[in-house]
Amino acid sequence: MTLALVLNQPRNIPEVFVLKKLTIALSLSFVGSLAHADSPDIANWESVVEEARGQTVYFNAWGGAENINAYLEWVGEELRDCCEIELAHVKLDDTANAVAKVVAERAAGRDQGGSVDLIWINGENFASMKERGLLLEKGWAEKLPNWLFVDIANKPTVLTDFTIPVEGQAAPWGMAKLVFFYDSARLEEVSLPSSADELLDWAEANPGRFSYPSPPDFIGSSFLKQVLIETVGDPTVLQQPADEADFDTASAPLFDYLDRLHKVAWREGRAFPQNYPAMKQLLADGELEIIFAFNPSEASNAIANFELPDTVRSFTFEEGTLGNTHFVAIPYNASAKAGALVTANFLMSPEAQLRKQDPEVWGDPTVLGMDKLPETLQADFAALDLGIATLAPEELGPVLEEPHPSWMERVEEAWKRRYTVGN
Amino acid sequence: MVRPTILGPALTVLLLAGPVAFGLAGTVLPAFGIAPGFGGGGFSLHYFRELFAQPALFCSITLSLSSGLACAVLSLLIVMLFTAAFAGTATFRRMQHLLGPLLSLPHAAAALAIAFLIAPSGMIMRLISPELTGWQRPPDLLIVHDRLAFSMIGALVAKEVPFLLLMTLAALPQAPVERVRQLTGALGYGRIAGFIHGAWPGIYRQIRLPVFAVIAFASSNVEVALILGPTQPPTLAARLVTWMGDPDLSQRHLASAGALLQLLVTGLALCIWIGMEHLLAALRNKAACAGLRMRRDGPLQVFSLAAMVISAGAIFAGLGALAFWSFAGLWQFPDFLPSGFTLRNWMKALPRVVEPLGTTLLVGVVSALIAALLTVLCLVHEDRTGKRAGRGAEALIYLPLIVPQVTFIFGLQFLLVASGWLATLPALLFAHLVFVMPYAYLCLKDPWRSFDRRYEQVAAGLGKSPMTTLFRIRLPMMLRPLLVLFAIGFSVSVGLYLPTVLIGAGRLTTITSEAVALASGGNRRIIGVYAFFQMLLPVAGFAIATLVPALIFRRFRGMQV
Repeated sequence: MTLALVLNQPRNIPEVFVLKKLTIALSLSFVGSLAHADSPDIANWESVVEEARGQTVYFNAWGGAENINAYLEWVGEELRDCCEIELAHVKLDDTANAVAKVVAERAAGRDQGGSVDLIWINGENFASMKERGLLLEKGWAEKLPNWLFVDIANKPTVLTDFTIPVEGQAAPWGMAKLVFFYDSARLEEVSLPSSADELLDWAEANPGRFSYPSPPDFIGSSFLKQVLIETVGDPTVLQQPADEADFDTASAPLFDYLDRLHKVAWREGRAFPQNYPAMKQLLADGELEIIFAFNPSEASNAIANFELPDTVRSFTFEEGTLGNTHFVAIPYNASAKAGALVTANFLMSPEAQLRKQDPEVWGDPTVLGMDKLPETLQADFAALDLGIATLAPEELGPVLEEPHPSWMERVEEAWKRRYTVGN
Repeated sequence: MVRPTILGPALTVLLLAGPVAFGLAGTVLPAFGIAPGFGGGGFSLHYFRELFAQPALFCSITLSLSSGLACAVLSLLIVMLFTAAFAGTATFRRMQHLLGPLLSLPHAAAALAIAFLIAPSGMIMRLISPELTGWQRPPDLLIVHDRLAFSMIGALVAKEVPFLLLMTLAALPQAPVERVRQLTGALGYGRIAGFIHGAWPGIYRQIRLPVFAVIAFASSNVEVALILGPTQPPTLAARLVTWMGDPDLSQRHLASAGALLQLLVTGLALCIWIGMEHLLAALRNKAACAGLRMRRDGPLQVFSLAAMVISAGAIFAGLGALAFWSFAGLWQFPDFLPSGFTLRNWMKALPRVVEPLGTTLLVGVVSALIAALLTVLCLVHEDRTGKRAGRGAEALIYLPLIVPQVTFIFGLQFLLVASGWLATLPALLFAHLVFVMPYAYLCLKDPWRSFDRRYEQVAAGLGKSPMTTLFRIRLPMMLRPLLVLFAIGFSVSVGLYLPTVLIGAGRLTTITSEAVALASGGNRRIIGVYAFFQMLLPVAGFAIATLVPALIFRRFRGMQV
């Protein structure tokens, strides 16, 4: 458990910042993007790379998965070799803690030499940082050399994150999509549900074989969003912030759905798996029959690690499942801005994206457009063996866009009040 | 005249009472909304109102209260009956040998072991399925995380029985067990009844504080609650830690208010216990006056032995299963053995184990060393002044073990944030020392006091200074208990969860804090690797404590065991 409010993390603040700090008048009165004189000039990329040499980049990223941590270690080695950048992965268990750090630094007037250089971020955390003006000025991500390869045409979520326009304040890093897994040795393909309603029918026909992680686990919350999108009368309300009257009306079908589901869920809804890895274990044990993840290659990954039998396969819903993009963002007060820019650019590079999509490594889908890449790289991507249980990109079905972040907060709160036992 | 050794008791008092007092203060302030730096708006009861508006709070309180008391009743009953039935027998001595490893095993490891055993997909079900049950899949039963916290209480009992038994062992020499047995036997009392009437009151007086510590721990523990406890809602302490970890800083006020509530809940549990003491003592006196002899207590004796064997056996069996999982390939229900073995899990986990392992070793060794030094200083001071630590001092030793950890560690964390020391090694060391120190003192005080002081008189007669005598005679001869102190102190540090999580703030992690974090994901293979280290470290400590004296004293016949 990483705890927030680490105000005085010991760090070597280069002297030049300290001197500047004395000369810069602090003005916290306006909110918006704070442009700083010391922001590197991205148009002159050479100079950014030069400035980044010898910097240490504190990358605050969720550290709960071994394969992701290992991938970031590789990124660190590459950056050390090519650009003499030292990448320090600050392993978070909740991205909100990194946001809280920046908030605390802003409150303490630390507008230079902050302790966070780069954050792995999306959704409500991105929305909250953008709104509070805690991010590096607009447009930087779209000026990075590797932005050219990003698939803007077919992946709208790289430009709009949970209904919030990104405006180049975060660099896309990878794609997520809700995908369901089942064990084909136990379950016939013909009986697979193809919508949330069918899933409920299936659960009622197979009591005790389906569950979801209890919110605020983000995989569990994502499932709730999927059901919300499918059951809400008018999906357009989800693109607006949730207000009182709206919320009760809009979420009523969701909670009716859950009331029915819990009666037939695993352990009759008296307990829930804690997170996705726990669901994976339950699928392996045969306690659950259908589970889901936010990464299409999770199942193939688990097969390779002996965590799941090689009879596991994936499916999605016909009308589409929830999808989004995850980004890296740079706080306005980052110490190593140049290093962070070079890191963000490297994370978007075809080489790094290719390795990331390899299920042996991580299996996280790329943000790049194949049509924008040179043919040799296209061939490399095509040659990736995504794994026996992974759906090809064209089989993943339509993307349902994320609701406005406020919906999730309200749903989680209502869920807690409704389903925590009273006495 | 002030002696330099006064430093010992002085520092110890500071170390034990300081953090508790300051920590409590640091919890009280944010609870009432007074918190420089968190944007507290001055004194208000707002956070208590918010606390009592939390869903199912009363349910969490009841869980904490009942599991604390149930754990104390059960473990004390088992220890009492077992001692009554078997004290002085070969069975009793054999059980003593198991005490060390059981005691030194972190609570988290024991909880994980038991979870692996009793879960619907666990080892017991695999053993009897499908042959006896016909189950091809795990049954849909709420065994782990059950709502009445039975599995959590079971794990706590399995861990607290060895602790209380050890404390009872220390008290036994002062109780005339054998003579009481002969006398009550001659009067026609059964073994157990005779012991309870004759010897138990004196023993219980001596282990009362340890029993309080058991109640305090069981009613406020976090790691066992996270691994085995109920989830909808969790126990109070488990919820507090969730609030404390919430990135929304205003939740810390709520957590602090909750921590004060936890203090009340544990206090209430202790009050209820004291009431029960009176009640049970009256009942016992009534039984004694009525001449209740319980001649046929065979079944009770068997029960006490079975309870001991099952609780120890469950932990060992679960750990064995965990070790298996760490080498397992695909291992599906209901197979009793994995379909293949692989080193892959170890290869993947080892590089990530290095850092927490280093922190664990460093903090464990240094805190055990400092605790040993302070303890020796205290005891030397006792010798020089001829004043034994009284009842008050004894209670002080138990203070950090009886005040629930959450209540003062929250405040300590708050103070450390304010001073910029959070998540630094010295702070983590200090936090560990608070809990290592009591065990260090408890473990050395009896061997130290029973040392034959005529050796020192001879040395003094030969004109040696007190210092020389201490370093040339006393400490070398006390090497064995000193090393046992070190091993116990080290294992206490290895097992600490909450202080590590809160003071290390996620940046300094130990094997135990990582193992609990991994427990939620249910990746049994990786958990197996961490649990292996949780077992290995204390065992290594005890191995050193056994082997080193054997090596050093191999040419000293008088020092052989």
